[in-house]
Amino acid sequence: MSKTISLDGQTVAFAEGQTIMDAAMAAGIYIPHLCHNPEFRPHGSCKLCTVNVNGRNVASCTMPAAEGQQVLSDTEELNAERLALTQMLFVEGNHLCPACEKSGNCQLQAVAYYLGMMSPRFNHFYPQREVDASHPEVLLDRNRCIYCELCVRASREVDGKNVFGLSGRGIATTLVVNSTSGRLGDTAIAASDKAMQVCPTGALLVKRRGFVVPIGERIYDHRSIKEVQTGGGHE
Amino acid sequence: MSERKIRLATCSLAGCFGCHMSFLDIDERLFDLLERVEFDRTPLTDIKHCGPCDVGIVEGGVCNAENVHVLREFRNRCKVLVAIGACAINGGIPAMRNNIDLWECFQEVYQYEGGLEGGQVPNDPELPLPFDKVHPVYEVVKVDYFLPGCPPSADAIWKFLSDLLAGREPKLDYGMLHYD
Repeated sequence: MSKTISLDGQTVAFAEGQTIMDAAMAAGIYIPHLCHNPEFRPHGSCKLCTVNVNGRNVASCTMPAAEGQQVLSDTEELNAERLALTQMLFVEGNHLCPACEKSGNCQLQAVAYYLGMMSPRFNHFYPQREVDASHPEVLLDRNRCIYCELCVRASREVDGKNVFGLSGRGIATTLVVNSTSGRLGDTAIAASDKAMQVCPTGALLVKRRGFVVPIGERIYDHRSIKEVQTGGGHE
Repeated sequence: MSERKIRLATCSLAGCFGCHMSFLDIDERLFDLLERVEFDRTPLTDIKHCGPCDVGIVEGGVCNAENVHVLREFRNRCKVLVAIGACAINGGIPAMRNNIDLWECFQEVYQYEGGLEGGQVPNDPELPLPFDKVHPVYEVVKVDYFLPGCPPSADAIWKFLSDLLAGREPKLDYGMLHYD
């Protein structure tokens, strides 16, 4: 008989080595997340996937599932914390959706819609961040980066190019480019790289493709991220 | 005796009046609205100052001293203050200048760009003092409700107003909540 956990009262089976997030995804249960992508090793940094396990709050993307765990996820309290974390992400960067090509396909925005974010609530930092348009095919707009490290992981583990890295700590963290000049134009990155497909926001964009799908017909315009992610492939 | 009408005021600060245009897009529902509300200060009545109101709707962010005066007047006179649109809620498109030095921004617009007579940065005591950064309205006054969108659709505005006027907590359906 397979081992199980209880997730919001529902019995969910898991295999040895799976995290709570893995088990939830396999069972078609949505736990909000931004830095997690099942194709990569968990990073555990955005904390949106925080769940309550036997009375303790932990990141479900890094927490191994264990027999008999009582897990709470879709609760008013946890969703309020997820909303506050999302609002902090919005004010820490420069997330101006009307001017962003990714709008409608953006997971940060989609999670905010899912959590019913009506305002960013906190005072905006309006930080000074650099845009790197040096590459002919791709664009890096650090204003929209949330430091999920997915491009770092994808470039290192799938593309084998090691183009990106996170530098600095805490609020001083920046996404750096691994070339002598520090510019994308001097790296081997290509528009077809995995690193270009995993960005949850509009920080990494392929040039000249921004409006191939018009606003209003995009992934999360009419379907919530919960519906999209539990109804098929990971977007 | 008929019920007293709800007094409604609207204004646009650092915005493009797009939210007001979207408001007008409720079309014939404006007649339903007029059965329930009476307009105070709005671009529709051209009243210059806001009297005591039940609901105030503010479009646009805060980019200069005049915006602050108008916003404070709205907050003082309106029982319920609503921030409508991306600019009022996070600064929006005008906030894209927040990463550019204000003087460099002015030089780019008024001096380097061709076609302007004299090529001078306007400097008249009647012009409001610009701020170095554009801010959402809730960073200046307390805001009771937010209606995001750039602009929010007419249906979203109508749903929001219908809820509010009926005394319900305004709630948008998923397809009505957009930041773009």
